[in-house]
Amino acid sequence: MASETATPATADVLTTVDGRPLKAALAEAQRTRRIRAVLLVTPLLLFIFATFLFPIALMMFRSVDNPLIAQNLPKTIAVLEKSWNGKDVPGEEAFAALREDLMASRAAGQVGKVATRLNFETSGMRSAVTRTARKAKKMKAPYKDQILKVHDAWSKREVWATIKRLAPTITGANYLAAVDRKYDADDNIVSQPEERQIYVTLFMKTLWMSTIVTVSCLLLGFPIAYLLASLPLRHSNLLMILVLLPFWTSLLVRTTSWIVLLQTQGVLNDIMVWIGIIDDENRIQLIFNAQGTVIAMTQILLPFMVLPLYSVMKTISPSYLRAAQSLGAHRFLAYYRIYLPNTMAGIGAGCLLVFILAIGYYITPALVGGQDGQMISNVIAFHMQKSLNWGLGAALGGILLVGVCMLYWLYNKLVGVDNLKLG
Amino acid sequence: MSQISLPDHADFAEKLWHWTFIGICALVFLFLIAPILVIIPLSFNAEPYFTFNAKMVALDPEAYSVRWYQDFWSKTIWRESIWNSLFIAVGATILATALGTLAALGLSRPEMPFKPLIMGLLISPMIVPLIITAAGIFFFYASINEYLQLTGSYLGVILAHTVLGTPFVVITVTATLSGFDHSLTRAGAMCGADPTTVFFKVIMPLILPGVISGALFAFVTSFDEVVVVLFVASVEQQTIPRQMWAGMRESISPTILAVATILICISILLLATVEILRRRSERLRGLSAG
Repeated sequence: MASETATPATADVLTTVDGRPLKAALAEAQRTRRIRAVLLVTPLLLFIFATFLFPIALMMFRSVDNPLIAQNLPKTIAVLEKSWNGKDVPGEEAFAALREDLMASRAAGQVGKVATRLNFETSGMRSAVTRTARKAKKMKAPYKDQILKVHDAWSKREVWATIKRLAPTITGANYLAAVDRKYDADDNIVSQPEERQIYVTLFMKTLWMSTIVTVSCLLLGFPIAYLLASLPLRHSNLLMILVLLPFWTSLLVRTTSWIVLLQTQGVLNDIMVWIGIIDDENRIQLIFNAQGTVIAMTQILLPFMVLPLYSVMKTISPSYLRAAQSLGAHRFLAYYRIYLPNTMAGIGAGCLLVFILAIGYYITPALVGGQDGQMISNVIAFHMQKSLNWGLGAALGGILLVGVCMLYWLYNKLVGVDNLKLG
Repeated sequence: MSQISLPDHADFAEKLWHWTFIGICALVFLFLIAPILVIIPLSFNAEPYFTFNAKMVALDPEAYSVRWYQDFWSKTIWRESIWNSLFIAVGATILATALGTLAALGLSRPEMPFKPLIMGLLISPMIVPLIITAAGIFFFYASINEYLQLTGSYLGVILAHTVLGTPFVVITVTATLSGFDHSLTRAGAMCGADPTTVFFKVIMPLILPGVISGALFAFVTSFDEVVVVLFVASVEQQTIPRQMWAGMRESISPTILAVATILICISILLLATVEILRRRSERLRGLSAG
């Protein structure tokens, strides 16, 4: 340790009482303190790694992972790699290999998965694979004609090209699908057919809706944050509860309330009919569409805008404004030139936070979004739970995650996570 | 302060602007709070509708009833989900509070290396979209099911909710520790206290309000969480939010409004606790006069 290498006390080296150089002793003391600090953080860090970061990394791997075809059709792939020219339907050798592979994977109970996977690429392949696998056992050589008789999909060159293309165990195909592109039979990247181009539009819509929510939050949050910051503390504390109560109220409860308020037979429509703004027959559809999602999300995320704005506005001294006005600025000019620039830190923090939370929103769009109010998270959930196209779901999630991480990095850079306010 | 009140010499335009501003603020507050308030009377509606009828507006006692509360309490599935929710939330809160408080203590020490990076990692469960977290945890649990059955188990849900709750504990406790005078611990040590005594006698009383606030945040996070439950839990771990979710996806029964009202009351209680604690903590640390 440091004491063993310590030089004897001399006039020019400061030492501690036991003769160690002060510098070394201090360094050691600080190292001990540093280790202690790290040890305190370690349990949580390990926990977050094990149950959060690692699982997400694992899922991201799923977006490029492609073992299914390589595991189930190894012989077919080997034949195709070795002796197929890629232009015509392959010969007897490939069909024989296909028969053996399908028999093996049927025995292993994997045929359904292979069929589903190939069906993602070429529709109609599900029945081709399952039917061929079922009948494979009774076939006798030569197999080509018999397999073609079972299902004519096997006479398409593209199907064989697809199998060959799916052979590598790492693939970028899911990411291509996530941005509405795909490989054609010749390994070129092409656009999906028109009717299947949905994801780019959906990403754009998610960004657009999040932007609207963020701007609405800013427009609604700015005045009340200003009011809260300017009122005397005992009044503002009371009003602050109106901001914090929604913050503490269950998300599902608030979403329920919006359904109750906005549905066609709901409170708001009733009031409007009663006042006479609209007829009973022409009730307005306010919810179960994109508009309903935006309204509900704005209310739900508004506290995340108000709190950072409030804490920045609280630090702006009113004397700045008085100074500007006494120098001859009109009241509005003083607000615009003096007050607004001072609140920029709060505006940035609030907008970034609201935007980050908005683009990943799932529950509210799922419940009140109807057809056109769905966001990217809802489609990810659909692929994870319903269509079971996990690779595509993970790829969509990966793109979303990269976006969120970049914004989060920006937030950390500009605001600092330790300045996050929770009331 | 004087910014908001109107001076005596204000001209018409200034008055107009002043009252417009107050009006706008009132509308925004209404927007924030109306959805919560509207649920409460409607949950006492005697009819199975979600809107006020003439009788309710006239405050006719016959238009109100507690039948939806009775309905809620008579259904086994709702009663069970209360216990499930409480059990999971309490478990997650204890874990999250313990882990989060320790980490916050470490993070607020000046010697802590890589502080911004580690803080960023620890807060990230709050930022990452829930659907990604839920799916990730689901696949992870599924992949280790041979060794440890976590899908469809209480432990699995509790661990996942702990992940989601820790950022809140870390944030609130670090906030309480900011401006913490580290010479107090040295003073304690100089008076002869060992580190454990210093922790319980000096540090703990000062950070306790932050710890409790963080714990309540973690509790609410778990108590209100549905996405992870949908992915990871089985029917056995039916929680209140999941039951509400299921109800809302089909057709809303007024029972959901009764549940919502109960949840609102719980939030009011929790918010009151946190506010009282926050003010006490600020007073103790001399940050505010109020």
